[in-house]
Amino acid sequence: MDVSTFPAKVGLAEMLKGGVIMDVVNAEQARIAQEAGATAVMALERVPAQIRKDGGVARASDPAMIKSIQEAVSIPVMAKCRIGHFIEARILEALEVDFIDESEVLTPADEDFHIEKHSFKVPFVCGCRDLGEALRRIGEGAAMLRTKGEAGTGNIVEGVRHLRTLRSQIRRLTQLSPEELMTEAKNLGAPYDLVKWVAANGKLPVPNFAAGGIATPADAALCMALGAEAVFVGSGIFLAEDSRKRAKAIVDATTYWQDAKKLAEISTGLGAGMPGIEMSKLNENDRMAKRGW
Amino acid sequence: MSRLGVLALQGGYDAHAKALRDLGHAVDEVRTADELAAVEGLVLPGGESTTHLILIDRFALEAPLRAFVASGKPVLATCCGLILCAAEVVSPPQKSFGWVDVTVARNAWGRQVHSFEDTADPDSALGPVGLLFIRAPRIQRVGTGVQVLATYRGEPVLVRQGNVTAGAFHPELTKDRSVHAAVFGRG
Repeated sequence: MDVSTFPAKVGLAEMLKGGVIMDVVNAEQARIAQEAGATAVMALERVPAQIRKDGGVARASDPAMIKSIQEAVSIPVMAKCRIGHFIEARILEALEVDFIDESEVLTPADEDFHIEKHSFKVPFVCGCRDLGEALRRIGEGAAMLRTKGEAGTGNIVEGVRHLRTLRSQIRRLTQLSPEELMTEAKNLGAPYDLVKWVAANGKLPVPNFAAGGIATPADAALCMALGAEAVFVGSGIFLAEDSRKRAKAIVDATTYWQDAKKLAEISTGLGAGMPGIEMSKLNENDRMAKRGW
Repeated sequence: MSRLGVLALQGGYDAHAKALRDLGHAVDEVRTADELAAVEGLVLPGGESTTHLILIDRFALEAPLRAFVASGKPVLATCCGLILCAAEVVSPPQKSFGWVDVTVARNAWGRQVHSFEDTADPDSALGPVGLLFIRAPRIQRVGTGVQVLATYRGEPVLVRQGNVTAGAFHPELTKDRSVHAAVFGRG
């Protein structure tokens, strides 16, 4: 019996495809998320929009809160640790969360080094803005990626940028001749063997989901259309006027993203979405996507 | 050429489609009753059974799925698919369709950190097939009309009743194509 192999870690990411992973801050929200059809929940103390508003240092959640959510639902429970904070990650692993998000939404603990993730039994998901960042995280052991977008803004523009960047960089790699790949690996700052793999297969070696700024069913469908294999929704659900209705609608839209007629029905009468932030109004230093490298 | 379908509401549909294409089959993703009516065999993939039950209910797919199973066309159900097909589901109890007379306990191998790989018992009807268990269910009871195709440490992990074959593991995520071939043959 080989426990927690890399295929077993990536396998759980495969099982989350086509679904919605929802940020929740307590057991009641976790139950609402499960009843709406979430494939997993992300347990955290404050959703990104709240973290933005409150300021200060955002850290991993209280184990009591994570345990209460694990007891409340049967779907996988994920939790976030700070970038580079391998002790927070060990604590989350001891709690047997199903996935750890080494996340830019929390305040980074290390500005130079991300966590070495192969040595953990629990799988990791990490954020990325481009192919180099994606392959560095996979090199460190991430079993799933998510484009960063800009969390807590309710604005999909950065998420779209990251998905499109990733897609066009992958397409470009498939056009290169073998002797060009080492230079490309150097330019991307990515492991050569992973660059070769992507060039040969035209996709990432692990699933890639979208995160950051998804606030409507149409946003979720847009991410799927741009190549995301599932979506994370943070502030977009529980800061909306009717979170139950919106949660269900985003689940439905992620499955039926190719069917515009269904999307029109799904998008009807949801009440007000979360208040958003226009990017030019956001101070450069307040951009979470810039955290990590 | 006949086409096979993979229910693609959510979950491991991609990997199953690839496994079937490896065997030479043409494969369509199935999300609607019309798409289901166009295929000659179906995979119910892994994923989250709560999510599947909600989407099947919300988009009125239960009756078409029941009709498909009743038509006798081959069906392969894995992990969450097994849970949907079972006669009874425990821990926690939830609705299921009763196509295979087994009792299934959800997430019975533990949380993700306990997910594992191994091979089936060598004396299994299907031989020592590759096994990958991910937050997997366990088959606690097997009814009299149910054939056991593979066991792991003596415990049933792949069963068949009529045209429905159901497993607790993920044959689509290993290189071993014997389970897909046993259900659908080669294209």
